[in-house]
Amino acid sequence: MTNPNWEVVIGLETHAQLSTQSKIFSGAPTAFGAEPNSQASLVDLALPGVLPVLNRGAVERAIRFGLSVGATVNRRSIFARKNYFYPDLPKGYQISQYEIPVVSGGGITIEVGGVEKYVRLTRAHLEEDAGKSLHEDFHGMSGIDLNRAGTPLLEIVSEPDMRSSAEAVAYAKKLHELVQWIGICDGNMQEGSFRCDANVSVRRRGTETFGTRCEIKNLNSFRFLEQAIEYEVERQIELIEGGGRVVQETRLFDPDRVETRTMRSKEDAQDYRYFPDPDLLPLVIDDAWIARVGSEMPALPEVQRSRLVEVHGLSVQDAQALTASRATVDYFEAMLAALPGEAKLCANWLMGELSARLNREQIDLARAPIDAPQLAALLRRITDGTLSGKMAKDVFDAMWNGDGTADAVIAARGLAQISDAGAIAAIVDEVIAANPKSVEEFRAGKDKAFNALVGQVMKASKGKANPQQVTDLLRARLG
Amino acid sequence: MSVDGSTDLARASVAALAKVLAAKEVSAVELATLFLDRIDAHRDLNVFLDVRPDVTLAQAREADRRRAAGETGPLLGVPLAHKDIFVTRDWASTAASRMLKGYMSPFDATVVEQLAAAGMVCLGKVNCDEFAMGSSNENSAYGPVLNPWDKGAVPGGSSGGSSAAVAARIAPVATATDTGGSIREPAAFTGITGTKPTYGRPSRWGMIAFASSLDTAGLMTVSAEDAAIVLSAMMGFDPRDSTSVDRPPEDCTRDLERPVKGLRIGVPKEFFGPGLSPDVEQSVRAALDVYRGLGAELVEISLPNAALGIPVYYVVAPAECSSNLSRFDGVRYGHRASKYRDLEDMISRSRAEGLGPEPKRRILIGTYVLSHGYYDAYYLKAQQVRRLIADEFRRAFETCDIIAGPVTSTVAFGFGEKAADPVSMYLADLYTVPGSLAGIPSMSIPCGFGDKGRPVGLQLMADYFQEARMLGAAHQYQLATDWHRRVPAGF
Repeated sequence: MTNPNWEVVIGLETHAQLSTQSKIFSGAPTAFGAEPNSQASLVDLALPGVLPVLNRGAVERAIRFGLSVGATVNRRSIFARKNYFYPDLPKGYQISQYEIPVVSGGGITIEVGGVEKYVRLTRAHLEEDAGKSLHEDFHGMSGIDLNRAGTPLLEIVSEPDMRSSAEAVAYAKKLHELVQWIGICDGNMQEGSFRCDANVSVRRRGTETFGTRCEIKNLNSFRFLEQAIEYEVERQIELIEGGGRVVQETRLFDPDRVETRTMRSKEDAQDYRYFPDPDLLPLVIDDAWIARVGSEMPALPEVQRSRLVEVHGLSVQDAQALTASRATVDYFEAMLAALPGEAKLCANWLMGELSARLNREQIDLARAPIDAPQLAALLRRITDGTLSGKMAKDVFDAMWNGDGTADAVIAARGLAQISDAGAIAAIVDEVIAANPKSVEEFRAGKDKAFNALVGQVMKASKGKANPQQVTDLLRARLG
Repeated sequence: MSVDGSTDLARASVAALAKVLAAKEVSAVELATLFLDRIDAHRDLNVFLDVRPDVTLAQAREADRRRAAGETGPLLGVPLAHKDIFVTRDWASTAASRMLKGYMSPFDATVVEQLAAAGMVCLGKVNCDEFAMGSSNENSAYGPVLNPWDKGAVPGGSSGGSSAAVAARIAPVATATDTGGSIREPAAFTGITGTKPTYGRPSRWGMIAFASSLDTAGLMTVSAEDAAIVLSAMMGFDPRDSTSVDRPPEDCTRDLERPVKGLRIGVPKEFFGPGLSPDVEQSVRAALDVYRGLGAELVEISLPNAALGIPVYYVVAPAECSSNLSRFDGVRYGHRASKYRDLEDMISRSRAEGLGPEPKRRILIGTYVLSHGYYDAYYLKAQQVRRLIADEFRRAFETCDIIAGPVTSTVAFGFGEKAADPVSMYLADLYTVPGSLAGIPSMSIPCGFGDKGRPVGLQLMADYFQEARMLGAAHQYQLATDWHRRVPAGF
């Protein structure tokens, strides 16, 4: 959608719901989908006399995020009140951070069409979510559900550094991967745990100043993000080229009609009357706290990838696939810990057999019936020659179906590969004696005849003879 | 029990009540009954907003049971009244506003919990200015409280119900709250002892918020000794209040017997300017002479920025109140308009009907000073000056141990005298606001009578966390004088 005359400028504000058990300023649980108002405490209801107390877990997650994007974790930040009236905002103000956020700066590297780009972050701040107004379910009335009120959010604000919807989507996906990777957000977009507001403007190429921007609210899928930006860019270009003027406003995306619509214009913009919340002391984060959070953090995907390539000798493609999620790389690391030096074999089985099976049966890796040490134990029976690759796949099936560990399945089915040279030699001699015609053909130079002899040995051993040893022995005998 | 005996009991201090309760000369039930009867007899004062004798008597029976089980304690069985700013499960919590008429809280304020745990028996909830906004108790949605000394005079505010209750001895002690002078000014106007501890020491959990950075729970008592005894039970860290100071509970009675000989009393010259009426000045200067006679050293000090206290306070307090009172929107609890067009109209009408003129005035001021483009000029500047005032006190306490001066510029004024002129009403807080802005402990003790025989208060202020020292100085004065024992005629 590049237009030769116009340049697109995009900045994103992303709300990531932090994965704490309880709310940011009260002890009520944050679990999704409970009965309306069953998870609203006295504080969430804003009853007279209640006071907020900050959840340290939310702060730790913000610190984790700051460290993961190379940002400054501010040693002192301030909670402010954003004042406005709405029935699902119980206190009549939202506690957020305004002048001094917990995280400043930092950035994320994205890749679009093979080109890398660094997107700067302005800030990330902690705030509480509002409740929900339910207008449809009640005839002539509105219902209020305050379960979500007080849910901790990290609002991550980017600089207007993106120049296409593809870059915006790449940024959002990267951020989405990151917040899950560092364990601060479950990333569930359907439940609203990760949602974006897009600030979009256009300017004629070569212009220095930004055009007037519109903000599109609450985009909760990457596809909607892309569609909304593309629609909006086209709308703005058409408007200006038609002699019109873009008005700064907040717009909503309608996914059914694939268009954006005015929600409120700048003239209706509220004066939120921000001021420091006198119920909360400044948030002070000392070096020791940051160091502790940092020490408990998983290595970032980039770091993990280069380690897989440089230390374990895997290909870039394998490293990429293994770091698709933290669960995958954790599984891999656990396998490797049980089977050192077999990175490639572990990667092949994890990305091959196991992934295929999980995909087919729509199961999360976390809930796989075979855990990493069990799978590693199976692979050990390949490296020590007990099983052939093909036999291992049968054992894998049995393990998947709950027949026990690899060794238990091997024992129960008498599957152990025959690697005993004497036993194999005996079979080879029998086969040579019983197939003089094939022997003669081989000696006459027919390679096919050799394969037939191998097949006979395997058949006689009921498939258990070590194929490599069979080949070697046959060549020796016939050589 | 004889009539005289019951009058003596009604006039007894908490310390004296503790003795007769411990000696089992009187039961908690008998005491509660006595005060409930007095409350009933003096209903014309309009002190109590909610009285539920059955609940009170149940609490008294429980106190008696605890004592029978061997429990002791200086507060076990002693009755008290709570200002209607503290939420309570068993009595309506209205903040003297129509907005919260009949509102029953599902929980008790920390201070209410602490004093109940100490065995105190609650007599009910007392009147105040609506949402603690006012200096005369004329702003209550449930009518003004009368001053027991002179029913034509205001009892002060906002804790006018608390001060009148103790002055009339219809409660031996009452909780109160102070944001800009709401404990000290009514205490001065009614001739009793009013104590505001350091901001952040008593918990604010369960106090209906007016201005969060200033609101401080405290007490109205007959004497400084009583204040020390009861205050000791309501200090201590509360994890539910983020501004609660994490210090161990403290025995505030520890300095009561400490002589004031050598005590350096700072006397701010700015507190004796032309605005101070002669009758008040005379009583206050006489009180300072008493201290000198006891061996204290009077030191003249200067608090040049204290005069900025009023403008600073009337930016900071309304700003915070405009936000704190936003929760009263008629959606979840409280008054909801009966007729409205849509959601926005419902919120507007509910607030217009539910809130009285003074909260509305302050919400308007607060909304204005926080508005875009005005924030820096008003709120930010006010916070900077507030810091200067606090620094000034810090420096002053390098040269003195206690600061003493007037509480108010005049004795209690009459009903309606200032109601039409909000600014003159705001100026009533001139001497009390600086201590509130700094967050230091301060108190008012009775020190004589001025015009029309109305009481005069002496203000004492101390450095952060020095309430025990301050209460000790007050107690020593009360050992040497009997102003605090004076009871208005007919009570």
